[in-house]
This record gives sequence, structure tokens and C-alpha cells, in this order.
Amino acid sequence: MSVLRVTHLVKRFGGLVATDDVSLTVEAGEIHALIGPNGAGKSTLINQLCGELAPDGGRVELGGRDVTRASVPARVALGLGRTFQVTSLLEEATCRENIAMAVQARAGLNFRIWDRIAGRQGIWDQADATLAGTGLVARVDVRAQDLSHGERKQLELLVALARKPRVLLLDEPMAGLGHVESAQMIAQLRDIPLPMLLVEHDMAAVFALATRISVLVYGRIIASGSVEDIRENPEVRAAYLGAEDALC
Amino acid sequence: MILIVEQLLNGLQYGVMLFLLAAGLTLIFGIMGVINLAHGSLFMVGAYAGTYVAGVTGSFWLGLPAALLAAGMTGFVVEAVVIRRLYARDHLDQVLATFALILIANQGIVLVFGRQPVFTPLPEIFSGSVEVLPGLPYPIYRLFIIAVGLLVAVGLYLLINRTRVGMLVRAGATNRDMVRALGVDIRGLYTLVFGLGALLAGLAGYMIGPISSVQVGMGEQILLATFVVVVVGGVGSIKGAFVAGIGLGVVDTLLRAFLPGVLRGVMPPSDADAIGLGVASMGIYLLMALVLLVRPRGLFAAGA
Repeated sequence: MSVLRVTHLVKRFGGLVATDDVSLTVEAGEIHALIGPNGAGKSTLINQLCGELAPDGGRVELGGRDVTRASVPARVALGLGRTFQVTSLLEEATCRENIAMAVQARAGLNFRIWDRIAGRQGIWDQADATLAGTGLVARVDVRAQDLSHGERKQLELLVALARKPRVLLLDEPMAGLGHVESAQMIAQLRDIPLPMLLVEHDMAAVFALATRISVLVYGRIIASGSVEDIRENPEVRAAYLGAEDALC
Repeated sequence: MILIVEQLLNGLQYGVMLFLLAAGLTLIFGIMGVINLAHGSLFMVGAYAGTYVAGVTGSFWLGLPAALLAAGMTGFVVEAVVIRRLYARDHLDQVLATFALILIANQGIVLVFGRQPVFTPLPEIFSGSVEVLPGLPYPIYRLFIIAVGLLVAVGLYLLINRTRVGMLVRAGATNRDMVRALGVDIRGLYTLVFGLGALLAGLAGYMIGPISSVQVGMGEQILLATFVVVVVGGVGSIKGAFVAGIGLGVVDTLLRAFLPGVLRGVMPPSDADAIGLGVASMGIYLLMALVLLVRPRGLFAAGA
């Protein structure tokens, strides 16, 4: 059973078909990369998967359950985790507090919300456990706004993981990263034993990580297949990859 | 000296009022992204409901829960019926819709209570004064308002900084998208925050009743100053609302009390009074402009 299954998804904005009969799946153990030129409708698609935007047609399933009309929190409760194109953190909070927020969100808005946080050692212990062994372990008490861009991307990923998702939607995790930081991010993503849908412009990262690639152009998936299939697909080259050197 | 202390206390009392209103407004604005012009109407509803019940029962203390209940319930209904539809809209729609709420609230109050201002009976223990300094008697009731305001500030501080729900509220004020993406049902949080803001507004409205009249339009008078407090303090920051509320309350009161007198030293009395009062009533706006020049996001803006 697919962790995430999208079937015949359609989204129109007036006359523009931003998502045109898109079907794709994310299977257990795979990293499914979604590539496409700017304006191809990647963000629109992501927003429909997360529940920010309601599709006009089609179906989204999470772990076999229909979530096409479900709210954002309902999807998160079913195991959907995401990161944003523009890094999204609590800027004035420390790394540890950012993680603690995610741990606590997992506990939900239940009847114990009036509890004192300080008394709930478990939250902090879990935050520390999430940070242990990562590149941020020496930076736990640094505020998010004082981290480097690469560290911020890393923290955002850890925040998403602290929520204990079953599938991750990553919206351009390499955006703005330098060579070294990209390599670190690739290594970090590779170590995460979760199925992922990876939206990314950095072809080196896509080819290094993806087990499967789909190409979105003008709202349609024009090709889907293994890394080799996509590299050699003439239609993809014409529509998207263009020049030969984009592949390396 | 005694006069200055007295005016400082008056400023503190006005500042506490501004804080009670601004605390709710800043959270609603900061967390929900809604400009709620009708916040002053909740203040008025609390004042009328509390004053009415106090008048009928003859008990100041029974008016208090009535004010809180009426403002809280009104806030709850308004959030569910109107505000909830405005979250995704732009600020112009929010301003139009909540401005309509002001008109509806004002006319509704006129229909029920008429245009005459109403007064709250004060219980015996509040009617006198105490000597806060030798030679300076100060009304007990105003001291009571200051004390309640400071207590609420401490309570809010503990709620926001020490509890799990407070952590969510702070996170929501800083980064709504992230909190949503972590699966927090932000609508529940919104209702909670709006209800809390309405309660505080109702409390402020009821408490101000005995020292200024309870009348239609009372909310709009104080709303403008409240927005200035929110902007100066930084949208979404309770601490900012507290510091800016007290600060602006004191500055406004002192300017009104002393500026004409100071100007009399350098110009004819009639001009001094006119210019002094004119400048004094501009004071908090000038201060806001100055603060925004130095800190464009306010003193303690939540988020970056």
C-alpha cells in the first residue's frame, strides 16, 4: 500500500489549469523526487497535498485513507510532515525550544494544556534526544535567527522529524545551500528512514537521492521513472532539462 | 511633587486599561492576523452588561461575572459567525466587516439601553480614598483598577510563558504556518485567544464604568489609543502591550496635565492652553512615530 497516493488531481485558477490530472504515489522506503521548471505547479501541488488548498477534482490518500477534504492538522495527525520552501522556524526561540514545540504539538491540544511546561521534563528530554548526534548538538541553545542558513534548513528538518511523521514532503530543502551544506543535507536526508516526496531544483541532489523521479510541466506529469529513465527521456530533456550540462 | 505622583497614578490606571484591551488585540492581530476594530465593542458590551446587572442587583460584584460572561459570549459568537470567515481575507475586508460590527453593536446598545449614559454603583469599600503619600489622598477604586490590571498582567505572563497552551500561543504568534504544519488545530487556538481577548476587554469595560460614563461609542474612544499601544509594543507581544500600555498611558496623562502649564511660562495663557492640549492629544501618536522610526516592528515584536 502506498504511503501517499494522489489520483487524477485537478486544480484550476480561472482558466489556468495549475494541476492537470496528476497521479503519483510515494511508496514505503522510497524517495520520490518531483522536478519541473518554475511555474510548473509544484507549489500548488504541494499545497493540495498538505491541505492548504482544496483540489477541484481527484483524490489524495494518506496511508490508504482518503484525506482529499481533510484539514491540515488532520493530515498531520495521519503522519504527514513537511518543510517549507522558505525556512519556517520560531525565530526567537532556541533550537531546543523549536524542537520542543514540535514534540508538544504531537501531544496535541488536549485537556492538559494548562500544565506547566517546566514540569514536563519529557518534552525537553525528547527534544534533546532528537538533537543528539546531529550537527546542531553544539548549538542547542542558539536562537533560530542566529543560525546559519544551512543550520536553519537542518533545524527545520529536525522539527518536522520531531513530530514523528510517516511521510515527509520536502519543498526545496537544498534551496540556497552552498556545496558543503548541500552535501551535508544530502547525507542527512539519506539517513532518514522515511518515504519522502522531494521537490527540488538541485539536480545533483535529486540524482543522488531519488529512487524515482516525476517531471511536472504545465501542471502535468510528462514523465515518471527511475533516475536513468528520466536522464535519458528525450521529452524531459526538451521540456525541462534542456542543455546537456544541466544533467551534471 | 504630590501633583506629579497623583498624575503618575492616573497615568498608571489609564495604562492598565490600555493594557487590558491591547493584550487581547495584540494576540488576535499577531496570531490570527485579523484586524479587529470591534474589540472596542466587546469593551462596551462588557461595560453595559456588567453595569446593568450591577444596577438591577445593587451589587458591584455580581456585575463582574455578568460583564465577563457577556463579553466572552459575544466574542465567542462573533468569532464563530464573522471573524472565522475573515482569516483568509485581506485586511480591507477585515476592517470593513469589523467596522460593520461596531455600527451594529452601537445601534444594538441604543435599542436596548437608549442613548443616556449609565452609571455603576460602587460598593462601600471602594468609595473612599487612602493617603498614598502624606497629603495625597487617592481614590481606592482607582488603586483597585491598577491592582487588577497588574494581577492580570502577572496571570497572563504565567499563562503565556509557563503553560503548554501558552507555548502554542507564542509559537502561533511567531510562525503560524509552522504551527499548522506541526498539526496543531489552529482554529481551536484562535477561538481560545479571541475568547480570552474578549474577556479582558469586558473586564476593562466594566471596571472603567464607575470613573467614566458607560455610553455608546465608549469603545471607539479607547480603541484608537489601544491600536497605538499594539503597534508600539509590537504586534503579538503581551510584554510589548504591557510596557507600551503603561508607558503611553503615563505619557498621555502627564502631557495633558502638565504641558499647558509648562507652555504658559513661554507664551500667553490662552495660546498655551490651546497648543498644550493640542500637542498633548497628539503625544502618543508622535511617540509612536518616533518608536517606529527606531524600531519599525515595535518594541517587542513577536517573530522576525
